[in-house]
Amino acid sequence: MKLINLVVLPIIVPLFIGTVLLLFRKSLLAQRALGLFGAAATLVVSLFLLAKVAEDGIQVVTLGSWAAPYGISLVSDMLSILLVATASLLTLLVLWYSVYSLGEKRELSFFYPATLFMLTGINGAFTTGDIFNLFVFFEVFLMASYVLIALGGERIQLRESMKYIIVNVVAAALFVITIGYLYSITGTLNMADLAVKLGDIGSMGVISTVAIMFLVVFGIKAGIFPLYFWLPGSYYAPPLPVLALFGALLTKVGIYSITRVYTLIFTTDVAFTHDMLMMLAIATILFGSIGALAYMDVKKIIIYNIVIAVGVILFGVAAFNEVAVTGSVLYLIHDMLVKALLFLMIGVLIFITGKTNLREMGGLIRHYPVLGWTYLVAVFALAGIPPLSGFAGKILILQGGLEGGFVWQSIVVALSTMVVLLSAIRIFIYAFWGAEKSFNSPPKAKYVNRMIPVVILFVITMGYGVFIEFLMPLFQATGTQLMDSSLYIDAVLGGEK
Amino acid sequence: MKSNDLILQTSTRVVFFIIFLFSIHIFFAGHYTPGGGFVGGLLMASAIVLLLLAYDFKTVKEVLPFNYLGMTAIGMLIALTTAAGSLVFNVPFFTHWYDYFDFPLLGKTSIHTAMFFDIGVYLVVVGITLTIIEMIGGDS
Repeated sequence: MKLINLVVLPIIVPLFIGTVLLLFRKSLLAQRALGLFGAAATLVVSLFLLAKVAEDGIQVVTLGSWAAPYGISLVSDMLSILLVATASLLTLLVLWYSVYSLGEKRELSFFYPATLFMLTGINGAFTTGDIFNLFVFFEVFLMASYVLIALGGERIQLRESMKYIIVNVVAAALFVITIGYLYSITGTLNMADLAVKLGDIGSMGVISTVAIMFLVVFGIKAGIFPLYFWLPGSYYAPPLPVLALFGALLTKVGIYSITRVYTLIFTTDVAFTHDMLMMLAIATILFGSIGALAYMDVKKIIIYNIVIAVGVILFGVAAFNEVAVTGSVLYLIHDMLVKALLFLMIGVLIFITGKTNLREMGGLIRHYPVLGWTYLVAVFALAGIPPLSGFAGKILILQGGLEGGFVWQSIVVALSTMVVLLSAIRIFIYAFWGAEKSFNSPPKAKYVNRMIPVVILFVITMGYGVFIEFLMPLFQATGTQLMDSSLYIDAVLGGEK
Repeated sequence: MKSNDLILQTSTRVVFFIIFLFSIHIFFAGHYTPGGGFVGGLLMASAIVLLLLAYDFKTVKEVLPFNYLGMTAIGMLIALTTAAGSLVFNVPFFTHWYDYFDFPLLGKTSIHTAMFFDIGVYLVVVGITLTIIEMIGGDS
């Protein structure tokens, strides 16, 4: 039997379970069990969908049987489903980690439902083929993220969540305005239909303006230069599992949206729009590097590494050829995995030492060798040392960049690797080597509990690097689909009869 | 603290039911004509807010002793389950269905799946409005 609605499942499964969780808000056991079950079920259905998309090509559902472009289309192409699957996997592992580390009070304050609702919004944003619906799903995960960032109500959280909410409300208003402009030009909101209509109109000043406005809207979310100003402060505030979710998933929704509109919709004036994106990507890398080297606080270092990665991924998108875009997608998935991993490791580190400043740590390697050595390898993966997971993506991005004639920009990207390595390895040198400093030395069992999801994620991340050869067909298909927008358009507008 | 709001309280006793019945009317008017679960729910919520202004939160809680958050969740589940019916029939998500039935008293009436969805929406809107009011104003 052909399942039409498979595309919808990664969105409604977490929504359904999250809603059920609202009914059992007092029971810790129910919250934990159902929360984990919800994330696991989402992962399972998204893996099914991944297999389906890999086999049969782009999957489309038009909601309510209203034909596209009038109804809302949900579209699962390779890029979308790869991100959905990765997001679901990371949510599951982070929730697992939270069970041991978050604390009962926070867990009972809607942590699990909010996380599942956030996953609903994120999966929806990755899947939708309608630009207004994209805004709606943005709001869904933002609402949930407001809950998560304020969870616990510490002083710093209240200050930063205020900032976070204001930035996002302004961005949301700008988003609607931009969609309004686009609608007044084209008279449609369906992304495939937009691509067709804008392709007919051709290059026009006002369309480039709208393209840049979208870059601003999504750039605030993704954290590109100079719009990342809110990011290091706000991400610093919430507890670590939440930070890991935010760092691994939320900025990536912004990157995904930029990638989607800059490969599908705004492709008529590449010389202007994509050059703009290229400049911003390079500036993002530079300023992120400065931040990553400037701080001695473990959380801040990794947070600034998010910014660098955003620049690297968008460099590949801006280079706008198949090799570079494929590399970008590879690197995007890698970055989600490895950032979540690093944040969780930092979480264990902070749990052990009770401190976040590197100068106050030292000599942990003798007591916590597993954490130390896995952290070192994870850092190598982050920097992209072969055969670990960052390598394949980065080499393709660079190759694509050079093919596109962006020589000095490619050199900047390559050099940023050094900065990434240096900034993250400092944590290893300060915290694990050197003279032993005093630390909490918590009970071994608690440490082991926290390490289980971390080690699982570590193995997955390493596997993603070492066995990338087997996954390459998926990513090549992604690159082809992204660069040949007619595949997407035909799937949405042509297939439904 | 208590001011003399006898007029407000007395009229609320009547007006509350008028708004309540109107919200039901608007709810059933939905789908073919303007109206539906969202507007109906908002009307119902505003009726309860009026009750709140005339009396106080304790009275409202006594009159309507529900768990508002649970009500929201159940509303959402009703809406989702209705929509998920499309999974069973293997048609695109949110696809609606209707037919005509003969009822005693009512006569020939159409039953529309969108109505069940709207019942969920109605409950969500009323529930979430009251949850917000309870959280912001409940502890004073």
